[in-house]
Amino acid sequence: MHIPDGYLSPVTCAVLYAAAAPFWAIALNRVKKLLNTRLVPLLSVFAAFSFVIMMFNIPLPGGTTGHAAGIAIAAIVLGVWGSVLAISVALLIQALFFGDGGITAFAANSFNMAIVGSLVAGAVYRIVANNAELASTRRVVAAGLAGYAAINAAAFCASIEFGIQPLLFQDASGAPLYAPYPLSIAVPAMMIGHLTVAGLAEMVVTAGVVAYIQRTDVSLLKLTAPDAPTANIAETPGWRSTKALWIGLAALMILTPLGLLTAGTAWGEWSADDFADPAVREQIAAASGNQAPPTAPPEGLARLADIWTSPIPDYAPAFMNSAEFGYILSAMFGTGIIILVFLIIGWITRK
Amino acid sequence: MIDNSNRTNKFALKARKKRGSFVERTLATLVSKTEHALFAEELAQADGFLQKLDPRVKIVGLLALILAATLARNIFTILFIFAVAVLLAVLSGVPIRTLAMRAWLSALFFTGMIALPAIFLTPGDALFRLPLLGWTITAQGITTAIYLISRVETTVTLSLLLVLCTLWTHVLKALRVLRVPVVFVVILGMTYRYIFVMLETARNMFEARQSRLVGKLGASESRRIAAASVGVLLSKSFYLNSEVYLAMQSRGFRGEVYTLDDFQMQRRDWFALVGFLLAALFAFWLGRQDSLESLLSFN
Repeated sequence: MHIPDGYLSPVTCAVLYAAAAPFWAIALNRVKKLLNTRLVPLLSVFAAFSFVIMMFNIPLPGGTTGHAAGIAIAAIVLGVWGSVLAISVALLIQALFFGDGGITAFAANSFNMAIVGSLVAGAVYRIVANNAELASTRRVVAAGLAGYAAINAAAFCASIEFGIQPLLFQDASGAPLYAPYPLSIAVPAMMIGHLTVAGLAEMVVTAGVVAYIQRTDVSLLKLTAPDAPTANIAETPGWRSTKALWIGLAALMILTPLGLLTAGTAWGEWSADDFADPAVREQIAAASGNQAPPTAPPEGLARLADIWTSPIPDYAPAFMNSAEFGYILSAMFGTGIIILVFLIIGWITRK
Repeated sequence: MIDNSNRTNKFALKARKKRGSFVERTLATLVSKTEHALFAEELAQADGFLQKLDPRVKIVGLLALILAATLARNIFTILFIFAVAVLLAVLSGVPIRTLAMRAWLSALFFTGMIALPAIFLTPGDALFRLPLLGWTITAQGITTAIYLISRVETTVTLSLLLVLCTLWTHVLKALRVLRVPVVFVVILGMTYRYIFVMLETARNMFEARQSRLVGKLGASESRRIAAASVGVLLSKSFYLNSEVYLAMQSRGFRGEVYTLDDFQMQRRDWFALVGFLLAALFAFWLGRQDSLESLLSFN
């Protein structure tokens, strides 16, 4: 996901430098207060660690391999702000000394991975773990989800940055000057790869590392969960016992879009227009024990209907009704299926 | 006995066919990263045009060219900057083969794959219709694909020149001149040093594992080893951190950092700075000439 130079316009890069700067400043302040003189060695060593683990080749279920970025590991072990700095430094080293990722696009890469990725990973980990015991299975699952969410949030930001380029920057003939694809293509194209391979790699590594830390040196998890109890170390390795949860997750992802595909509206949530539509009238009647609805909408409903037009009709803002949102949903659906297929393949090959 | 040895042979063959286990592949990546860095260090000390320049001039000049390439609104400007980049490479003794292998081919492959569908997907004036498939190639599609590929090739070449022709210690010092906060510069420098310590540590870990490995690793076993290796590396990095911190403290580190700035601008540096800025300014100007756009229209 390292954006090279040339994909984003200089204006976009400048905006992202401006957007990233306050986060860097806050992070530096916070971490300085916490670590004082320890800041320099800790960040350096951890940035080097992030750099090196990006090179690990992670075998994924089903025979593919992926690379982890280690964003969530950094956020869990160092805290969100430490992670922002450590990942940014790792990215800058890659751009300046190894030629991976652009120099003008450095802020974009930092914004996506170091800032958004760390914040999302920290939030997901905190919410899902919810003060569970440091050595609990729940923390392993929380870590896996944090990794998965972080890498996808970062990819989503990148895809938005790509997607707005052709809208804003074209030459005289209308040919896009930078990344050529509009949002409707950039978003699904980026997300399919990250919802599957990259997200899975990050999930596997983050969950695996937290499970490993729980068995070897649980104090490393203490920084981001100072109040969590540390009673007993899990007897079984945490990673193994989470299989049921992954299957559940896959099932949930497949089921998510189904709610939107089922026909009809929820009972009682009719709008004034529905009373005039013969097809909807039939549905209402069927759902109400074959009682025909009134031919005209109730007077009160008709009068009040126009007072407040919701900015999000039917729970979806305008852009969600468009093709893009459909793509994202289908990507999620596809991912659920892919995780499930990987699990089944893994199960069969082990037999 | 005979049966047994046959089976081991088959195992070995199978393992070789699968392009090595994940341990081997990770080892290969770790080794190639170190090799690249060593090669860069060697080249940075060679006797060439860019190597002899003051690092501040080099960084400002190459960044100005990268910026000009990203700002350009016509292909000719991008090609002009690309030609300047290749000229700089030749003057600095950077083998074209290295540039081709490490920058051009990989960028062409990666960006080409991304740019190819744009030929069909970009709305615009139809040029040609593919038989059988019925997809339409548009003029705007071809133009945008050329923009993307040429821009990426040019900027990748320029940043690789920076990487290959500058000692990393000099990059760090030059960053101070560019007003990057000193804490960041020190962290960058220490990170760069510890990257090689970590690369070495990781390589030793994987080599140790590889030497004890018989037969083939299953996928889930590989994943467990990968996660455990990351975990071990994490513990080691915390250990390293406290060692380094103690060492720094014992030498009097109190959180403040001082650097020695001993760059001296020679006459050659001033000439080069003027040259870089002239080239960049010319490219800025050329890049804004809308009349050049029509020269590359396919309709």
